[in-house]
Amino acid sequence: MKRKHKRLTFVAIGLLALGVATALILTAFEDSIVFFYSPTQMIEQDVPPDRRLRLGGLVEENSVARTDNSGFVRFKVTDMVHSTPVVYEGILPDLFREGQGVVAEGRLIDGVFRADEVLAKHDENYMPPEVADALKESGKWEEFKGAMTQGDPSAMPAN
Amino acid sequence: MQGSIGEWLDMGGYAAYVWPVYGIAFAVLIGAFIHSLRSLRGEEAALDNLLRTIQLEREPDGEA
Amino acid sequence: MKLSRMLLPWAGGLTLLLGIAGLWFALFDSPPDYQQGETVRIMYVHVPAAWMSLFCYVVMAISAGVGLIWKHPVADVAAKGSAPIGAAFTIVTLISGAFWGKPMWGKWWVWDARLTAELVLLFLYLGYIALIHAFDDPKRGLKAGAVLALVGLINVPIIKFSVDWWTTMHQPASVVKMGGPAIDASMMVPLLLMAFAFKAYYIYVLLLRMRAEVTAGKVRALRLRQAHGAV
Repeated sequence: MKRKHKRLTFVAIGLLALGVATALILTAFEDSIVFFYSPTQMIEQDVPPDRRLRLGGLVEENSVARTDNSGFVRFKVTDMVHSTPVVYEGILPDLFREGQGVVAEGRLIDGVFRADEVLAKHDENYMPPEVADALKESGKWEEFKGAMTQGDPSAMPAN
Repeated sequence: MQGSIGEWLDMGGYAAYVWPVYGIAFAVLIGAFIHSLRSLRGEEAALDNLLRTIQLEREPDGEA
Repeated sequence: MKLSRMLLPWAGGLTLLLGIAGLWFALFDSPPDYQQGETVRIMYVHVPAAWMSLFCYVVMAISAGVGLIWKHPVADVAAKGSAPIGAAFTIVTLISGAFWGKPMWGKWWVWDARLTAELVLLFLYLGYIALIHAFDDPKRGLKAGAVLALVGLINVPIIKFSVDWWTTMHQPASVVKMGGPAIDASMMVPLLLMAFAFKAYYIYVLLLRMRAEVTAGKVRALRLRQAHGAV
Protein backbone atom coordinates (compact mmCIF):
# COMPACT_ATOMS: atom_id res chain seq x y z
CA MET A 1 0.00 0.00 0.00
CA LYS A 2 2.73 2.42 0.92
CA ARG A 3 4.53 2.08 -2.39
CA LYS A 4 1.36 2.66 -4.40
CA HIS A 5 0.58 5.68 -2.30
CA LYS A 6 4.05 7.01 -2.94
CA ARG A 7 3.71 6.52 -6.69
CA LEU A 8 0.31 8.19 -6.74
CA THR A 9 1.61 11.20 -4.83
CA PHE A 10 4.58 11.40 -7.17
CA VAL A 11 2.41 11.35 -10.26
CA ALA A 12 -0.04 13.87 -8.82
CA ILE A 13 2.69 16.33 -7.89
CA GLY A 14 4.34 15.78 -11.25
CA LEU A 15 1.15 16.62 -13.11
CA LEU A 16 0.58 19.69 -10.97
CA ALA A 17 4.09 20.94 -11.62
CA LEU A 18 3.63 20.26 -15.32
CA GLY A 19 0.41 22.26 -15.32
CA VAL A 20 2.03 25.25 -13.65
CA ALA A 21 5.09 25.11 -15.91
CA THR A 22 2.90 24.93 -19.01
CA ALA A 23 0.76 27.85 -17.88
CA LEU A 24 3.88 29.95 -17.33
CA ILE A 25 5.39 29.04 -20.70
CA LEU A 26 2.16 29.72 -22.57
CA THR A 27 1.77 33.09 -20.89
CA ALA A 28 5.34 34.03 -21.72
CA PHE A 29 4.95 33.08 -25.37
CA GLU A 30 1.46 34.50 -25.78
CA ASP A 31 2.57 36.93 -28.42
CA SER A 32 3.69 34.08 -30.68
CA ILE A 33 0.59 32.00 -30.03
CA VAL A 34 -2.07 34.52 -30.97
CA PHE A 35 -2.97 34.07 -34.59
CA PHE A 36 -3.82 37.66 -35.42
CA TYR A 37 -4.14 41.17 -34.04
CA SER A 38 -7.27 43.28 -34.20
CA PRO A 39 -7.07 46.77 -35.73
CA THR A 40 -7.09 48.26 -32.21
CA GLN A 41 -4.27 45.96 -31.07
CA MET A 42 -2.20 46.88 -34.12
CA ILE A 43 -2.51 50.55 -33.30
CA GLU A 44 -1.68 49.93 -29.64
CA GLN A 45 1.31 47.78 -30.45
CA ASP A 46 2.74 50.38 -32.86
CA VAL A 47 3.90 47.74 -35.30
CA PRO A 48 7.02 48.44 -37.38
CA PRO A 49 6.59 48.29 -41.18
CA ASP A 50 9.00 45.47 -41.76
CA ARG A 51 7.19 43.08 -39.47
CA ARG A 52 5.07 40.39 -41.05
CA LEU A 53 1.87 39.80 -39.11
CA ARG A 54 -1.80 38.97 -39.34
CA LEU A 55 -4.72 41.32 -39.04
CA GLY A 56 -8.10 39.95 -38.07
CA GLY A 57 -11.60 41.38 -37.76
CA LEU A 58 -14.65 41.97 -39.88
CA VAL A 59 -14.80 43.26 -43.41
CA GLU A 60 -16.30 46.71 -42.89
CA GLU A 61 -19.60 47.40 -44.60
CA ASN A 62 -19.35 49.35 -47.84
CA SER A 63 -15.58 49.22 -47.77
CA VAL A 64 -14.88 46.72 -50.55
CA ALA A 65 -13.71 48.30 -53.79
CA ARG A 66 -12.42 46.40 -56.78
CA THR A 67 -10.67 47.77 -59.83
CA ASP A 68 -12.11 45.70 -62.64
CA ASN A 69 -8.99 45.34 -64.77
CA SER A 70 -6.77 43.73 -62.17
CA GLY A 71 -7.29 41.34 -59.25
CA PHE A 72 -6.66 44.31 -57.00
CA VAL A 73 -9.06 44.88 -54.14
CA ARG A 74 -9.31 47.38 -51.32
CA PHE A 75 -11.33 46.93 -48.16
CA LYS A 76 -11.26 47.78 -44.51
CA VAL A 77 -10.93 45.47 -41.53
CA THR A 78 -12.77 46.61 -38.43
CA ASP A 79 -13.18 45.48 -34.84
CA MET A 80 -16.06 47.92 -34.35
CA VAL A 81 -13.69 50.34 -32.59
CA HIS A 82 -10.98 50.99 -35.18
CA SER A 83 -10.63 50.01 -38.77
CA THR A 84 -7.55 49.43 -40.91
CA PRO A 85 -7.48 49.82 -44.69
CA VAL A 86 -6.22 46.79 -46.57
CA VAL A 87 -4.90 46.41 -50.07
CA TYR A 88 -4.70 42.97 -51.67
CA GLU A 89 -4.08 41.34 -54.98
CA GLY A 90 -4.96 37.68 -55.36
CA ILE A 91 -7.60 35.05 -54.86
CA LEU A 92 -10.26 35.67 -52.26
CA PRO A 93 -11.95 32.78 -50.46
CA ASP A 94 -15.58 31.87 -51.27
CA LEU A 95 -16.84 33.23 -47.97
CA PHE A 96 -15.24 36.66 -48.35
CA ARG A 97 -17.79 39.46 -48.26
CA GLU A 98 -18.75 42.52 -46.24
CA GLY A 99 -19.67 41.73 -42.66
CA GLN A 100 -17.74 38.47 -42.75
CA GLY A 101 -14.81 37.66 -40.50
CA VAL A 102 -11.43 37.93 -42.17
CA VAL A 103 -7.74 37.29 -41.41
CA ALA A 104 -5.17 38.97 -43.62
CA GLU A 105 -1.44 38.31 -43.56
CA GLY A 106 1.07 40.91 -44.65
CA ARG A 107 2.69 44.16 -43.54
CA LEU A 108 1.45 47.46 -42.22
CA ILE A 109 3.04 50.24 -44.28
CA ASP A 110 2.07 53.90 -43.81
CA GLY A 111 -1.16 52.99 -42.12
CA VAL A 112 -2.25 50.68 -44.95
CA PHE A 113 -2.10 46.94 -44.54
CA ARG A 114 -0.56 45.34 -47.61
CA ALA A 115 -1.85 41.79 -47.57
CA ASP A 116 -0.42 38.88 -49.52
CA GLU A 117 -2.94 36.44 -48.18
CA VAL A 118 -6.58 36.83 -47.17
CA LEU A 119 -8.52 34.13 -45.35
CA ALA A 120 -12.20 34.11 -44.41
CA LYS A 121 -13.07 33.43 -40.81
CA HIS A 122 -16.46 32.06 -39.93
CA ASP A 123 -18.23 31.80 -36.60
CA GLU A 124 -19.39 28.77 -34.69
CA ASN A 125 -23.07 29.06 -35.56
CA TYR A 126 -24.72 26.48 -37.73
CA MET A 127 -28.26 26.73 -39.06
CA PRO A 128 -30.23 26.05 -42.22
CA PRO A 129 -30.81 28.98 -44.60
CA GLU A 130 -34.51 29.10 -43.67
CA VAL A 131 -33.71 29.66 -40.00
CA ALA A 132 -31.25 32.43 -40.86
CA ASP A 133 -33.83 34.06 -43.11
CA ALA A 134 -36.51 33.82 -40.42
CA LEU A 135 -34.18 35.46 -37.90
CA LYS A 136 -33.47 38.28 -40.33
CA GLU A 137 -37.12 38.81 -41.14
CA SER A 138 -38.17 38.91 -37.52
CA GLY A 139 -35.49 41.50 -36.88
CA LYS A 140 -33.72 39.27 -34.38
CA TRP A 141 -30.58 38.86 -36.50
CA GLU A 142 -28.82 41.97 -35.19
CA GLU A 143 -29.53 40.94 -31.61
CA PHE A 144 -28.18 37.49 -32.42
CA LYS A 145 -25.05 39.01 -33.92
CA GLY A 146 -24.51 41.25 -30.93
CA ALA A 147 -24.73 38.32 -28.52
CA MET A 148 -22.08 36.45 -30.49
CA THR A 149 -19.31 39.02 -30.26
CA GLN A 150 -17.76 37.86 -26.97
CA GLY A 151 -14.65 39.96 -27.46
CA ASP A 152 -13.68 38.37 -30.77
CA PRO A 153 -15.24 40.53 -33.50
CA SER A 154 -14.14 38.18 -36.23
CA ALA A 155 -16.41 35.55 -34.71
CA MET A 156 -19.61 37.27 -35.71
CA PRO A 157 -22.09 35.42 -37.90
CA ALA A 158 -22.06 36.32 -41.55
CA ASN A 159 -24.55 38.69 -43.09
CA MET B 1 -34.56 15.82 -50.16
CA GLN B 2 -34.77 18.02 -53.21
CA GLY B 3 -32.98 17.80 -56.49
CA SER B 4 -31.41 14.96 -58.38
CA ILE B 5 -28.70 12.46 -57.57
CA GLY B 6 -26.36 14.55 -59.66
CA GLU B 7 -26.99 17.58 -57.50
CA TRP B 8 -26.47 15.53 -54.39
CA LEU B 9 -23.14 14.19 -55.65
CA ASP B 10 -22.09 17.71 -56.57
CA MET B 11 -22.49 18.89 -52.97
CA GLY B 12 -23.17 22.48 -54.02
CA GLY B 13 -19.90 22.57 -55.91
CA TYR B 14 -17.89 21.28 -53.00
CA ALA B 15 -17.85 17.62 -54.03
CA ALA B 16 -14.04 17.61 -54.24
CA TYR B 17 -13.91 18.42 -50.54
CA VAL B 18 -16.86 16.58 -48.99
CA TRP B 19 -16.50 13.15 -50.62
CA PRO B 20 -12.78 12.66 -49.94
CA VAL B 21 -13.44 13.37 -46.26
CA TYR B 22 -15.94 10.54 -46.00
CA GLY B 23 -13.78 8.28 -48.17
CA ILE B 24 -10.61 8.85 -46.17
CA ALA B 25 -12.39 8.56 -42.81
CA PHE B 26 -13.94 5.30 -43.93
CA ALA B 27 -10.61 3.96 -45.19
CA VAL B 28 -8.70 4.85 -42.02
CA LEU B 29 -11.33 3.55 -39.61
CA ILE B 30 -12.09 0.37 -41.53
CA GLY B 31 -8.35 -0.15 -41.91
CA ALA B 32 -7.79 0.11 -38.17
CA PHE B 33 -10.65 -2.31 -37.59
CA ILE B 34 -9.34 -4.88 -40.07
CA HIS B 35 -5.85 -4.64 -38.64
CA SER B 36 -7.18 -5.19 -35.13
CA LEU B 37 -9.35 -8.13 -36.20
CA ARG B 38 -6.43 -9.75 -38.01
CA SER B 39 -4.22 -9.35 -34.93
CA LEU B 40 -6.81 -11.06 -32.80
CA ARG B 41 -7.31 -13.92 -35.25
CA GLY B 42 -3.55 -14.34 -35.52
CA GLU B 43 -3.06 -14.56 -31.77
CA GLU B 44 -6.01 -16.92 -31.35
CA ALA B 45 -4.58 -19.19 -34.06
CA ALA B 46 -1.16 -19.12 -32.41
CA LEU B 47 -2.72 -20.07 -29.10
CA ASP B 48 -4.69 -22.89 -30.70
CA ASN B 49 -1.57 -24.26 -32.39
CA LEU B 50 0.43 -24.06 -29.19
CA LEU B 51 -2.22 -25.83 -27.16
CA ARG B 52 -2.50 -28.55 -29.78
CA THR B 53 1.29 -29.03 -29.83
CA ILE B 54 1.36 -29.31 -26.07
CA GLN B 55 -1.48 -31.81 -26.18
CA LEU B 56 0.40 -33.90 -28.74
CA GLU B 57 3.58 -33.80 -26.70
CA ARG B 58 1.68 -35.12 -23.73
CA GLU B 59 0.28 -38.11 -25.61
CA PRO B 60 2.94 -39.19 -28.10
CA ASP B 61 1.16 -42.44 -28.79
CA GLY B 62 -2.35 -40.98 -28.67
CA GLU B 63 -4.55 -39.90 -31.55
CA ALA B 64 -3.18 -37.11 -33.78
CA MET C 1 -12.15 -11.97 -21.37
CA LYS C 2 -15.58 -13.44 -20.94
CA LEU C 3 -17.02 -9.96 -20.52
CA SER C 4 -15.43 -8.78 -23.74
CA ARG C 5 -16.79 -11.75 -25.63
CA MET C 6 -20.31 -10.82 -24.50
CA LEU C 7 -19.88 -7.14 -25.25
CA LEU C 8 -18.27 -7.51 -28.67
CA PRO C 9 -21.32 -8.31 -30.80
CA TRP C 10 -23.30 -5.55 -29.11
CA ALA C 11 -20.59 -2.99 -29.68
CA GLY C 12 -20.21 -4.09 -33.27
CA GLY C 13 -23.95 -4.03 -33.89
CA LEU C 14 -24.31 -0.59 -32.35
CA THR C 15 -21.45 0.77 -34.43
CA LEU C 16 -23.11 -0.46 -37.61
CA LEU C 17 -26.57 0.80 -36.69
CA LEU C 18 -25.47 4.20 -35.45
CA GLY C 19 -23.05 4.53 -38.34
CA ILE C 20 -25.66 3.87 -40.97
CA ALA C 21 -28.19 6.15 -39.28
CA GLY C 22 -25.53 8.82 -38.87
CA LEU C 23 -24.49 8.65 -42.52
CA TRP C 24 -28.10 8.80 -43.66
CA PHE C 25 -28.69 12.04 -41.80
CA ALA C 26 -25.26 13.46 -42.47
CA LEU C 27 -25.33 12.97 -46.22
CA PHE C 28 -29.07 13.06 -47.03
CA ASP C 29 -31.50 14.08 -44.38
CA SER C 30 -30.04 17.32 -43.10
CA PRO C 31 -29.96 20.85 -44.51
CA PRO C 32 -26.98 22.79 -45.82
CA ASP C 33 -25.64 25.57 -43.64
CA TYR C 34 -26.73 29.17 -44.23
CA GLN C 35 -23.10 30.20 -44.44
CA GLN C 36 -21.01 27.15 -45.26
CA GLY C 37 -23.40 25.37 -47.60
CA GLU C 38 -22.85 21.68 -48.20
CA THR C 39 -19.36 21.75 -46.68
CA VAL C 40 -21.11 21.58 -43.31
CA ARG C 41 -21.41 17.85 -43.96
CA ILE C 42 -17.68 17.64 -43.32
CA MET C 43 -18.46 18.64 -39.74
CA TYR C 44 -20.27 15.34 -39.21
CA VAL C 45 -16.96 13.52 -39.63
CA HIS C 46 -14.53 16.15 -38.40
CA VAL C 47 -16.14 17.02 -35.05
CA PRO C 48 -16.89 13.47 -33.83
CA ALA C 49 -13.39 12.43 -34.88
CA ALA C 50 -11.92 15.37 -32.97
CA TRP C 51 -13.96 14.52 -29.88
CA MET C 52 -12.77 10.91 -30.07
CA SER C 53 -9.14 11.95 -30.58
CA LEU C 54 -9.31 13.71 -27.22
CA PHE C 55 -11.44 11.08 -25.50
CA CYS C 56 -9.17 8.19 -26.51
CA TYR C 57 -6.14 10.11 -25.30
CA VAL C 58 -7.68 10.75 -21.89
CA VAL C 59 -8.65 7.07 -21.56
CA MET C 60 -5.18 6.04 -22.69
CA ALA C 61 -3.41 8.39 -20.28
CA ILE C 62 -5.58 7.48 -17.30
CA SER C 63 -5.26 3.75 -18.03
CA ALA C 64 -1.51 4.10 -18.39
CA GLY C 65 -1.41 6.06 -15.15
CA VAL C 66 -3.43 3.41 -13.33
CA GLY C 67 -1.08 0.79 -14.75
CA LEU C 68 1.90 2.79 -13.58
CA ILE C 69 0.61 3.44 -10.05
CA TRP C 70 -1.42 0.35 -9.25
CA LYS C 71 0.23 -2.09 -11.68
CA HIS C 72 -3.17 -3.37 -12.79
CA PRO C 73 -2.60 -5.46 -15.96
CA VAL C 74 -5.95 -4.63 -17.55
CA ALA C 75 -5.05 -0.94 -17.35
CA ASP C 76 -1.91 -1.45 -19.41
CA VAL C 77 -3.80 -3.49 -21.97
CA ALA C 78 -6.45 -0.77 -22.26
CA ALA C 79 -3.84 1.95 -22.74
CA LYS C 80 -1.93 -0.02 -25.36
CA GLY C 81 -5.12 -0.85 -27.23
CA SER C 82 -6.41 2.70 -27.23
CA ALA C 83 -3.33 4.28 -28.75
CA PRO C 84 -3.68 3.26 -32.41
CA ILE C 85 -7.43 3.96 -32.39
CA GLY C 86 -6.84 7.43 -30.96
CA ALA C 87 -4.13 8.03 -33.55
CA ALA C 88 -6.55 6.99 -36.31
CA PHE C 89 -9.16 9.47 -35.07
CA THR C 90 -6.54 12.21 -34.88
CA ILE C 91 -5.48 11.56 -38.47
CA VAL C 92 -9.12 11.71 -39.58
CA THR C 93 -9.55 14.97 -37.64
CA LEU C 94 -6.53 16.60 -39.24
CA ILE C 95 -7.32 15.50 -42.78
CA SER C 96 -11.04 16.27 -42.61
CA GLY C 97 -10.14 19.63 -41.12
CA ALA C 98 -7.81 20.39 -44.00
CA PHE C 99 -10.51 19.52 -46.54
CA TRP C 100 -12.85 21.85 -44.67
CA GLY C 101 -10.34 24.66 -44.29
CA LYS C 102 -9.42 24.90 -47.94
CA PRO C 103 -12.91 25.77 -49.28
CA MET C 104 -14.07 27.79 -46.27
CA TRP C 105 -11.00 29.58 -44.96
CA GLY C 106 -9.02 29.47 -48.18
CA LYS C 107 -6.14 27.37 -46.87
CA TRP C 108 -5.49 23.66 -46.19
CA TRP C 109 -3.54 24.37 -43.00
CA VAL C 110 -2.68 27.19 -40.63
CA TRP C 111 -0.37 27.11 -37.66
CA ASP C 112 -2.90 28.39 -35.18
CA ALA C 113 -3.00 27.16 -31.59
CA ARG C 114 -5.72 24.56 -32.01
CA LEU C 115 -4.49 22.93 -35.21
CA THR C 116 -0.91 22.88 -33.99
CA ALA C 117 -1.92 21.34 -30.68
CA GLU C 118 -3.98 18.67 -32.47
CA LEU C 119 -0.93 17.81 -34.58
CA VAL C 120 1.09 17.56 -31.37
CA LEU C 121 -1.56 15.10 -30.15
CA LEU C 122 -0.82 12.87 -33.14
CA PHE C 123 2.89 12.95 -32.31
CA LEU C 124 2.09 12.03 -28.71
CA TYR C 125 0.09 9.02 -29.86
CA LEU C 126 2.85 7.91 -32.24
CA GLY C 127 5.47 8.55 -29.58
CA TYR C 128 3.56 6.44 -27.09
CA ILE C 129 3.24 3.57 -29.56
CA ALA C 130 6.94 3.77 -30.38
CA LEU C 131 7.96 3.89 -26.71
CA ILE C 132 6.03 0.83 -25.59
CA HIS C 133 7.75 -1.20 -28.30
CA ALA C 134 11.20 0.30 -27.79
CA PHE C 135 12.33 -1.86 -24.90
CA ASP C 136 13.21 -5.55 -24.69
CA ASP C 137 11.31 -5.72 -21.43
CA PRO C 138 7.69 -4.82 -22.25
CA LYS C 139 7.13 -3.63 -18.68
CA ARG C 140 9.77 -0.94 -19.06
CA GLY C 141 8.19 0.14 -22.31
CA LEU C 142 4.79 0.48 -20.68
CA LYS C 143 6.29 2.50 -17.85
CA ALA C 144 8.05 4.90 -20.22
CA GLY C 145 4.90 5.17 -22.33
CA ALA C 146 2.82 5.93 -19.27
CA VAL C 147 5.09 8.84 -18.38
CA LEU C 148 4.81 10.25 -21.89
CA ALA C 149 1.04 9.78 -21.94
CA LEU C 150 0.62 11.56 -18.61
CA VAL C 151 2.92 14.43 -19.55
CA GLY C 152 1.03 14.85 -22.81
CA LEU C 153 -2.27 15.07 -20.93
CA ILE C 154 -1.76 18.82 -20.58
CA ASN C 155 -2.28 19.07 -24.35
CA VAL C 156 -5.94 18.09 -24.07
CA PRO C 157 -7.16 21.23 -22.27
CA ILE C 158 -4.89 23.26 -24.52
CA ILE C 159 -6.66 21.89 -27.58
CA LYS C 160 -10.06 22.42 -26.05
CA PHE C 161 -9.53 25.95 -24.72
CA SER C 162 -7.08 27.28 -27.32
CA VAL C 163 -9.93 28.92 -29.20
CA ASP C 164 -10.94 30.80 -26.04
CA TRP C 165 -7.51 31.64 -24.63
CA TRP C 166 -5.98 33.06 -27.81
CA THR C 167 -7.08 34.41 -31.16
CA THR C 168 -7.17 31.52 -33.59
CA MET C 169 -8.21 30.83 -37.14
CA HIS C 170 -10.41 28.01 -35.85
CA GLN C 171 -13.75 29.24 -34.61
CA PRO C 172 -14.87 28.79 -30.98
CA ALA C 173 -16.86 25.81 -29.71
CA SER C 174 -20.32 25.22 -31.10
CA VAL C 175 -21.61 22.48 -28.84
CA VAL C 176 -19.93 22.48 -25.45
CA LYS C 177 -20.01 26.14 -24.58
CA MET C 178 -21.63 28.65 -22.25
CA GLY C 179 -25.12 29.56 -23.32
CA GLY C 180 -25.83 26.19 -24.95
CA PRO C 181 -25.14 24.79 -28.40
CA ALA C 182 -24.99 27.06 -31.41
CA ILE C 183 -26.10 24.33 -33.79
CA ASP C 184 -29.59 23.94 -35.21
CA ALA C 185 -31.45 20.81 -34.08
CA SER C 186 -31.56 19.42 -37.63
CA MET C 187 -27.78 19.41 -37.63
CA MET C 188 -27.35 18.12 -34.08
CA VAL C 189 -29.02 14.85 -35.09
CA PRO C 190 -26.37 13.70 -37.59
CA LEU C 191 -23.63 15.15 -35.39
CA LEU C 192 -24.68 13.19 -32.31
CA LEU C 193 -25.42 10.01 -34.25
CA MET C 194 -21.96 10.06 -35.78
CA ALA C 195 -20.45 10.88 -32.38
CA PHE C 196 -22.11 7.87 -30.78
CA ALA C 197 -21.23 5.68 -33.77
CA PHE C 198 -17.57 6.62 -33.31
CA LYS C 199 -17.83 5.88 -29.59
CA ALA C 200 -19.30 2.45 -30.25
CA TYR C 201 -16.59 1.85 -32.85
CA TYR C 202 -13.92 2.73 -30.30
CA ILE C 203 -15.35 0.31 -27.75
CA TYR C 204 -15.63 -2.43 -30.38
CA VAL C 205 -12.12 -2.07 -31.76
CA LEU C 206 -10.63 -1.55 -28.29
CA LEU C 207 -12.18 -4.82 -27.13
CA LEU C 208 -10.72 -6.57 -30.18
CA ARG C 209 -7.28 -5.16 -29.44
CA MET C 210 -7.47 -5.98 -25.74
CA ARG C 211 -8.49 -9.55 -26.46
CA ALA C 212 -5.61 -9.84 -28.92
CA GLU C 213 -3.19 -8.48 -26.33
CA VAL C 214 -4.39 -10.82 -23.59
CA THR C 215 -4.21 -13.80 -25.97
CA ALA C 216 -0.72 -12.77 -27.01
CA GLY C 217 0.23 -12.74 -23.36
CA LYS C 218 -1.02 -16.29 -22.96
CA VAL C 219 0.93 -17.38 -26.04
CA ARG C 220 4.10 -15.77 -24.69
CA ALA C 221 3.65 -17.41 -21.29
CA LEU C 222 3.04 -20.84 -22.80
CA ARG C 223 6.03 -20.54 -25.11
CA LEU C 224 8.21 -19.56 -22.16
CA ARG C 225 7.09 -22.56 -20.15
CA GLN C 226 7.57 -24.78 -23.16
CA ALA C 227 11.13 -23.51 -23.64
CA HIS C 228 11.93 -24.38 -20.05
CA GLY C 229 10.52 -27.85 -20.52
CA ALA C 230 7.90 -27.25 -17.87
CA VAL C 231 5.04 -28.29 -20.12
